[in-house]
Amino acid sequence: MSTAAAHVPADARAAPRSAARPLLLTRGLSKVYDSGSAVVALDGVDLEVAAGEYVAIVGESGSGKSTLLHLLGCLDRPTRGEYWIGDAQVSTLGADELADVRNALLGFVFQNFQLLPRLSALENVMLPLTYDRGRRQVDPRGAAVSALERMGLADRMDHRPTQLSGGQQQRVAIARALVNSPPVLLADEPTGNLDSATAKEIMAVFDSLNVGGTTVVLITHSADVAAHARRVLEIRDGRIVRETRRGES
Amino acid sequence: MNPLALMALALQSIRQNWLRTLLTLLGIVIGVSSVIVMTSIGQGSQQQIVERMSSLGDNLLIVTPGSRSFGGVNLGAGSAGTLDVRDVQRLQQELRSAQYISPLVRLNAQIVGGVGNWSGSVQGVDAQFPEIRRWVVATGSFFGARETQARAPVAVLGDTVVRELFPDRDPVGERIRIGNVPFTVVGTLQAKGSSAFGGDQDDVVFVPWTAAQARLTGRLEVAQVMVSAPAASMLPDLEQEVRAVIRRSHRLNEAAEDDFSIRNQTEIMSVVSETSRALTLLLGSVAAISLLVGGIGIMNMMLVAVTERTREIGLRVAVGARPRDILAQFLSESVVICVTGGLLGAAFGMLVVWVLQSIVGIAAVVRADTLIVALSFSAGVGLFFGIYPARQAARLDPIEALRYG
Repeated sequence: MSTAAAHVPADARAAPRSAARPLLLTRGLSKVYDSGSAVVALDGVDLEVAAGEYVAIVGESGSGKSTLLHLLGCLDRPTRGEYWIGDAQVSTLGADELADVRNALLGFVFQNFQLLPRLSALENVMLPLTYDRGRRQVDPRGAAVSALERMGLADRMDHRPTQLSGGQQQRVAIARALVNSPPVLLADEPTGNLDSATAKEIMAVFDSLNVGGTTVVLITHSADVAAHARRVLEIRDGRIVRETRRGES
Repeated sequence: MNPLALMALALQSIRQNWLRTLLTLLGIVIGVSSVIVMTSIGQGSQQQIVERMSSLGDNLLIVTPGSRSFGGVNLGAGSAGTLDVRDVQRLQQELRSAQYISPLVRLNAQIVGGVGNWSGSVQGVDAQFPEIRRWVVATGSFFGARETQARAPVAVLGDTVVRELFPDRDPVGERIRIGNVPFTVVGTLQAKGSSAFGGDQDDVVFVPWTAAQARLTGRLEVAQVMVSAPAASMLPDLEQEVRAVIRRSHRLNEAAEDDFSIRNQTEIMSVVSETSRALTLLLGSVAAISLLVGGIGIMNMMLVAVTERTREIGLRVAVGARPRDILAQFLSESVVICVTGGLLGAAFGMLVVWVLQSIVGIAAVVRADTLIVALSFSAGVGLFFGIYPARQAARLDPIEALRYG
């Protein structure tokens, strides 16, 4: 297992990157579900995301935005097309290498938080470090503590998820996504289960992370949330149909 | 993940479901402890049988008279009464390779003396008999060749007879009556306990076989002749020799069948110990089935655990767990449960064996190899029945798993 870190493209983690080469790159990325009749969930998506970008993917349910995020997060494999993270072509990697990519390069935030109910906040945050085969964190506990402190949860470390509010739970989940210092943070409707006040709070967290240099890609169907991003991709029927860039603000 | 982290993870999840784990554990505990108890009892009785069989004497041939039919009804072995004092004398004179020879004259009689009377077995034997059957004199002495020749009315008492008739004193020198015939007690024997077949070996009075014939039965027949060889390897030759001598003594021609039979004590012994080994194996396999049932319980529990923790598995994959990490997590959980159950079962099994030995009085021996086999078998059960659920877990599609529930 110790050799596994070799599969992680070292330069992909180095941020900020030169703008010449995008951090995430897809070419003709397609996903076809073969359940009886073939359903094309994603139809030849070409996407480039440079390091430090803040991207929102919007679209109606069934548009293919979740499929795209899952492919970007290496949770699913494309039927066709190529996907590069930095210099590594992820679409050809085996299961073990994909696990290493997820562990080292990607942080995931889910709509329903996905915290393990029987673990404390701190133990939840430490979870990715359990699978940190490169042993990049010398002090897993310390890394988890500082990630929680960054999320303003220093006094909630020993609480179980059920003892935390929705906003606090999502911040624990963000701390977990960040604990391995991945260059890319992927979020799947991160405010979908939160009231509008808490949603603003969480979006402020994403904003500040992006300012700190983390590339953020999130999917949402809320215009308010999409407004935080500097680049909005609208997806429909498995294709990117519109792209909006906001001026540097 | 390193083994220590896996252990910690397994223990954590066991703690979270402690009641379910405990019940599943019970299946393994019962399985392992029954394997240990059953094989211990089997091996204990095997050892006991071998000990008792060897107290009958080894390297021994037993010659018995043949059977006789009367009106079409076969009266069974020994009914022919074809062994008598002449055969004994010829065997004593002509056998070269025999170590000890003793005839046996058997009768039941009322024995009167000491504090009362007792109905017991009286056996007329030769002075060499204690060497053959491994009897040890407690007080006095066994009768010798001279008493045998003289048909002397002397008797040596077994331990049961001593306790019944002379509970308060050493009977050596006392006079007893067997039937109506007076005998003098010259010795007593150390207790041998029950025989391999359950009878009380100590309920016996030994007298010279010549005296038994002359004074008690009034007949020339003997019930059997025991011939021992110095070594087991000489038994086949000795058997040929004995057969030849008795056939000559009985004047049987070439075509005639033997009117006697010769049994080989060592053969009987190996048959008996083979039987009891088979019994041990049988007991052990029956117990192993309960261990197997326990293993199925583990598998059932692990399958439930995998289903319950589908989302956890999905999440672990999403944060970087490899398939083999998930496999190892669930496999180590079932192995930890099984090994814990195995250790508890071994402890409980040894406790039961101890109770059987010291309180109930059943012979049982816990052997180290039994423990090792039972423990490694239970770990094997954990691996075998854990592998399927663990593979199910490792194969889960992370997206499906995260959406689950």
